[in-house]
Amino acid sequence: MRKKQLLSIRTIVAIGIGSAVFLVLGRFASLPTGIPNTEFQTAYAFLALMAILYGPVAGASIGFIGHCLKDITAYGSPWFSWIIASSVVGLCISFCRKPLHLEDGIFGIKQLIIFNIYQIISNIIAWCIVAPTLDIWIYAEPADKVYVQGASSCIFNVITVGVLGSILLANYAKTKIKTGSLKLEE
Amino acid sequence: MSTMLGYIKAESPIHHLTGATKLICLLLYSVAVMLTYDTRVLLGLLIFGLACFKASKIPFKDVAFVVYFILAFLMLNNIAIFIFSPYEGCAIYGQKTVLFHLIGPYSVTLEQLFYMLNVTLKYFAVIPIALLFILATHPSEFAASLNRIGVSYRLSYSVAIALRYIPDIQRDYQEISFAQQARGLDLSKNEKPLKRIKNMSSILLPLVFTSLERIETISRAMELRSFGMEKKRTWYSAKSFKMQDYLAIGFMLLLVVLSLCVMKINGGRFYNPFI
Amino acid sequence: MRQPVIQFTNFSYQYRVQSEPTLKNINLTIYEGEKVLIVGPSGSGKSTLAHTLNGLIPFNTEGKISGSLKINGKETKSLSIFEISQMVGTVLQDPDGQFIGLTVAEDIAFSLENRCVSQAEMHKRVWDTSKLVEIHEHLNMAPQALSGGQKQRTSLGGVMVDDVDILLFDEPLASLDPATGQLAIELIDQLNQETKKTIIIVEHRLEDVLHAPIDRIIVMNKGEILADCTPNELLQTSLLTETGIREPLYITALKYAGCELKELNHLDVLDELDVTPYKEKLEAFLVNSSTLKESSEAEVLLEFDHLCFSYDQTRPLLQDINFKVRKGDMLSIVGRNGTGKSTLSKLICGFYKPTNGRILLHGKDTLKLSIKERSNAIGMVMQNPNQMLSKPMIYDEVALALRLKGLPEDEVKQRVYETLKVCGLYPMRNWPISALSYGQKKRVSIAAILVANPEILILDEPTAGQDFKHYTELMEFLKSLNEQGITIIMITHDMHLMLEYTSRSIVVAHGKLLADSTPVKVLSNPYLVEQASLKETSLYTLAMKANLKSAEALTESFIHHDRRRRESCQPC
Repeated sequence: MRKKQLLSIRTIVAIGIGSAVFLVLGRFASLPTGIPNTEFQTAYAFLALMAILYGPVAGASIGFIGHCLKDITAYGSPWFSWIIASSVVGLCISFCRKPLHLEDGIFGIKQLIIFNIYQIISNIIAWCIVAPTLDIWIYAEPADKVYVQGASSCIFNVITVGVLGSILLANYAKTKIKTGSLKLEE
Repeated sequence: MSTMLGYIKAESPIHHLTGATKLICLLLYSVAVMLTYDTRVLLGLLIFGLACFKASKIPFKDVAFVVYFILAFLMLNNIAIFIFSPYEGCAIYGQKTVLFHLIGPYSVTLEQLFYMLNVTLKYFAVIPIALLFILATHPSEFAASLNRIGVSYRLSYSVAIALRYIPDIQRDYQEISFAQQARGLDLSKNEKPLKRIKNMSSILLPLVFTSLERIETISRAMELRSFGMEKKRTWYSAKSFKMQDYLAIGFMLLLVVLSLCVMKINGGRFYNPFI
Repeated sequence: MRQPVIQFTNFSYQYRVQSEPTLKNINLTIYEGEKVLIVGPSGSGKSTLAHTLNGLIPFNTEGKISGSLKINGKETKSLSIFEISQMVGTVLQDPDGQFIGLTVAEDIAFSLENRCVSQAEMHKRVWDTSKLVEIHEHLNMAPQALSGGQKQRTSLGGVMVDDVDILLFDEPLASLDPATGQLAIELIDQLNQETKKTIIIVEHRLEDVLHAPIDRIIVMNKGEILADCTPNELLQTSLLTETGIREPLYITALKYAGCELKELNHLDVLDELDVTPYKEKLEAFLVNSSTLKESSEAEVLLEFDHLCFSYDQTRPLLQDINFKVRKGDMLSIVGRNGTGKSTLSKLICGFYKPTNGRILLHGKDTLKLSIKERSNAIGMVMQNPNQMLSKPMIYDEVALALRLKGLPEDEVKQRVYETLKVCGLYPMRNWPISALSYGQKKRVSIAAILVANPEILILDEPTAGQDFKHYTELMEFLKSLNEQGITIIMITHDMHLMLEYTSRSIVVAHGKLLADSTPVKVLSNPYLVEQASLKETSLYTLAMKANLKSAEALTESFIHHDRRRRESCQPC
């Protein structure tokens, strides 16, 4: 009936709203870790869910636009090395869309493990490889420093996405339970 | 709630440039700054940026908090650099002039100080122009500008939607957070970190579901109003290019070329005053 | 001969996820320039019908169609959603969802942009349209700075700019206060007369739509058309009450008073209705009713004492607010949107601190109490249940407050079950929340608050978006809670709710408390009605027209009678 386009209207809107939510969570819903300049960024748990629901283009775009808007509304200037890393997180996590198959309404141990393997790998690629490499490349920062920074961000993001992302996915899956199977009980 | 930077209305040559021009200028300027590590060029670029900011007639006090914040951040960043790599500058400039000894393996060297000055300059130089882009471009022009520089109009419109709905989602977030706290949810520091992350799910879940619902409503509304009908689209608030726009872009191109030339002359990104 | 613009012939539709058709064998013709109202309770298929007209069905939703639907003589199945949207313009229920542009002008221009209209022409057409819908003075404003009515005008402009032939309004009154709703109906009528466009309104608030004349009313229930007639014909029958749609109040009042309506001609327009023959019967109706109970002298639970509040110290939002809430009260706070009535509830819960003055709970100043401490005594139910519900399962949602308090799980279970029984949700205790209707979700959000045993329940617009049946169910439920001793404060602009279920109304406008009186008195005072953005009730108009001694007495008798009837026919 409808032509399939790379960016359906729904995906376009999902990218827009997703980016806005990413920004709002990034600005108002980050929890301090106790270490200066590092936070548990709940926005990445949301990014994981959106990437899985709306696919790689949406995941990468929400990471990019959301982080970019967050930077410019907070500091006036975008920090491209880390923005690209956010985009990579969104992109990579979206690849577990197929194996997870959330629309079936099942999120058990198996799905939990699949999701967490994907999210850990995605975070490692983004924060331990992409972000530090770009920092060295653009800003000529000392390698030791940026790798340690990247690794610590990676750990905190893995924890946040692991806990909160899994909760979000599990709850989303439960909303997909077929309503026909419900019975009133006495 | 912390403040959000946004458009500040004023009458200035910068405000009169089209949004697309400002975006192109910002990109070119960022390239120029990112390429070079030459102190003289960075200083020149910073002064140029500050002059542009002055010309925009935006009062400094409106952005002072951001500037102070960035300065504090750069300070911390410098400390981190020093802790992890106290002799990075020596490696780059091929010399080691110890000024005084701190503790253990840490000595302060002239080269390291110079290197850190350059890092700070590099981060800082881009700020005036980047600030100008966000402060002097009306949000209505953002999407049209992106489309003008070649981003598909569909993706450009995502940015417009994000800008349109940020205040609504901020309000949702606050209402949800109120509602949950009124039910006894503790989001303060009294709780342990892991517990707090879990507690955040009480806010995130309603926010996610209201947002997913919003996506459905908006896509329906857009579909009913012919979004995506044609291969391209026109923009109500796009401005047309004038002479001043071409001049501004031309000048920025020149800066990039200058930055490249200096690299060529120096035989690398760094300017070494120690030889 | 009039030209048919919309023709349904043996039309049925079944959603892919449903086991039964939502529209069954619809036959309906709508003619050029007509103004048609489609009414029906929730789930009657009226929204589905609207979606088939604007093309969302079949282009946006999966399902099965049989029969034929022609718009302007063309079979819709053979068109695209873009072609349909050039003929039918839709104003959606949710004003924020439809307002896509960053400013009024851009939003009106949205579809022109999508059709690649040149900028110069766009500017001209946006200006012309904005004048037509009277929003031209706000062209550069952002949606956040506009009122609900202004947003709706913008949405209307956004579809008018396309020069469509048919305008479709999907519940246009849902998010407007009574006074603004009245203006919206007047504007729609004006457009119908000036532009001769065909107008279709889908709405369950019949009386409000009838504020301006309607050519035809289609009554829907369970996917079928029950009636297709003029308003006058419809109001003479009892079909509305039978399908669960609220009749205009004056009609019900005339019926209660025993008046015979069969021979009347202008039942739908109160102004043109000759009521003089009924004066006697109405007077008699007044005599039969007894006065309502006097205000109680029960213990004071909550007191506002010279309270002032402002966000930024410069512009005061609330000034010198004084009133008392007594144990067992069921009261309403009314007032124009954005005048601080929601802020009152946020002050009570402790989200904001008063700039001056005090809020007393049990006679003690609340300033030192944290949000969590206040939540033990005060329960707050938000307007949108989706903003409150944070668990996938009903049981867990209701248990949340108790678990946060750290109660042992067996006590949690017992109290959750008790609460679920009170709220009529017990049979669904193991259901996921996503399987519930909007009204049921609302009930869960109330249960989730009730479980903590609050003394005071504050509800923000409890009946928004609910049809008459669900309205009655919910309000009867709240009334039963009130009878069990829970004090209830409702922030609302639903005048029926005020009249039928609250004994006191507090009117807040421009940051000041204008009145603290009975709803009947408030609604009989034209000044208060105007200030609170309410409107005159038709009972008041009827009393004036019939030259009755007292408009208040008619309203009171009506409520009394109505209550007695409901109690006698509803076994609880």
